[in-house]
Amino acid sequence: MFELGKGLFLRLIERARRRSAWLYHFNAGACNGCDIELVTCLTPRYDVEQVGILLEASPRHADVLCVSGPVTRGTRAALETIYAQIPDPKVVVAIGSCPATCNVFAGSPVIEGPLERIVPVDIYVPGCPPRPHMIIAGIARAIDRLATAGTAGGRP
Amino acid sequence: MNPTQALLALLLFPGLLYALPMGWLMLGLERRLRARFQGRLGPPLSQPFYDVVKLLAKSPVPRAPADLRLLTGLPILAFGSGAGALALLPVLAAKTGFAGDLVLWVSLLEMPPLCLVLAGYASRSIYGEVGATREAIVSIASSVPLLAALLAMAAAAGSLRLTTIAAATPWPVRVPALLAYFICLPVKLRLNPFSIANAEQEILAGPLTEFDGRRLALWELAHGLEWVAWLGALVCLAVPLRSSSSWLNVMAFSLLSLLLVLLLTALESATARLKLPQATGWLWRWASLPAALALAAAVYWRYSRY
Repeated sequence: MFELGKGLFLRLIERARRRSAWLYHFNAGACNGCDIELVTCLTPRYDVEQVGILLEASPRHADVLCVSGPVTRGTRAALETIYAQIPDPKVVVAIGSCPATCNVFAGSPVIEGPLERIVPVDIYVPGCPPRPHMIIAGIARAIDRLATAGTAGGRP
Repeated sequence: MNPTQALLALLLFPGLLYALPMGWLMLGLERRLRARFQGRLGPPLSQPFYDVVKLLAKSPVPRAPADLRLLTGLPILAFGSGAGALALLPVLAAKTGFAGDLVLWVSLLEMPPLCLVLAGYASRSIYGEVGATREAIVSIASSVPLLAALLAMAAAAGSLRLTTIAAATPWPVRVPALLAYFICLPVKLRLNPFSIANAEQEILAGPLTEFDGRRLALWELAHGLEWVAWLGALVCLAVPLRSSSSWLNVMAFSLLSLLLVLLLTALESATARLKLPQATGWLWRWASLPAALALAAAVYWRYSRY
């Protein structure tokens, strides 16, 4: 009976995580192309709030960290702070080619990227910029990871 | 009201057992209707419930313990006083209330905004402080007309007991007083055009910027209770439910509260956020006017009778 209750409880948590993923968007020196595409996902055309996704303004409220841009020297410390402020369980989505490979900025002395050198990345969404469909698909896969990231009382 | 009845009111109806699902339903309805008004589909009605479950299941980020006590205590206090205010609502008129419960009810209802102000300062974040300052300013600007309106109703009814006020206030006093109350509602619930304190994106999340996981979930729950309490109070004061069937009273109370959600959401979707001086100026002018009318009518009513 106790096991059954616990199982139900974990299933409820998993379901809640699937249906209520809050994003925090961090611009690590992006050209604003990916940022515009990410914000497009919230418009009536794509309306990700249907599945409970919200763009939150504070990293402490967030579940999914969306990073765009090759991490520049100026944004690295802020990125590390913000990653530390997001409560577990959390996933990181790299939006666009910049956080994945530094794109055209590779080799620049002011670039500290790619993103995976600084924080662990769960999902890459390629493109320069990626289309909103791709961003939504990437976030959906990130949410899968989030939901199944060890549901032992919320500790991954 | 004996202790058993008080406990039942706090835990069952119109307390937690009713108010938690109702608060979730109201917040969900608000989000869904707002999405519809904006041409979107919006989240399912159960969305606020899943939000709270998810937030409760997050593990907190370690912090300095001195902060932690305040940051946990304040949302609990807000939640508790919201539940207390709900328990005093005169829905089932015969069974609730005591002489002077208006005073306790108002002070309990004013606790969550006060907790929010303190929480904003206690979080030691610049956004929290800005949000707390704004919340304090609009809270005062809306509380003066609101309290004047309630005082007018109490004076005209000749009682400080909510049940009596709901039943005995003459309509010439009640109409302007409730108009003032309705104008203050979006301020108390931090909705557009008065979403100045939480000002989403503009000052991050205002006073709640530094709250995470369970503490944020407590704030969400307290906010749901605030919705049920503020809207429920307006329904109770506007429509004294005197049917002999309790079930009918409860149904009418719930449906009218949900109708108010529709009205407030329409207002919220149709307006943009005001600036702080605009909002306070507007409140002092247009909420104080019906409140002053209500006070004048109440004074006239008292003296014309003797």
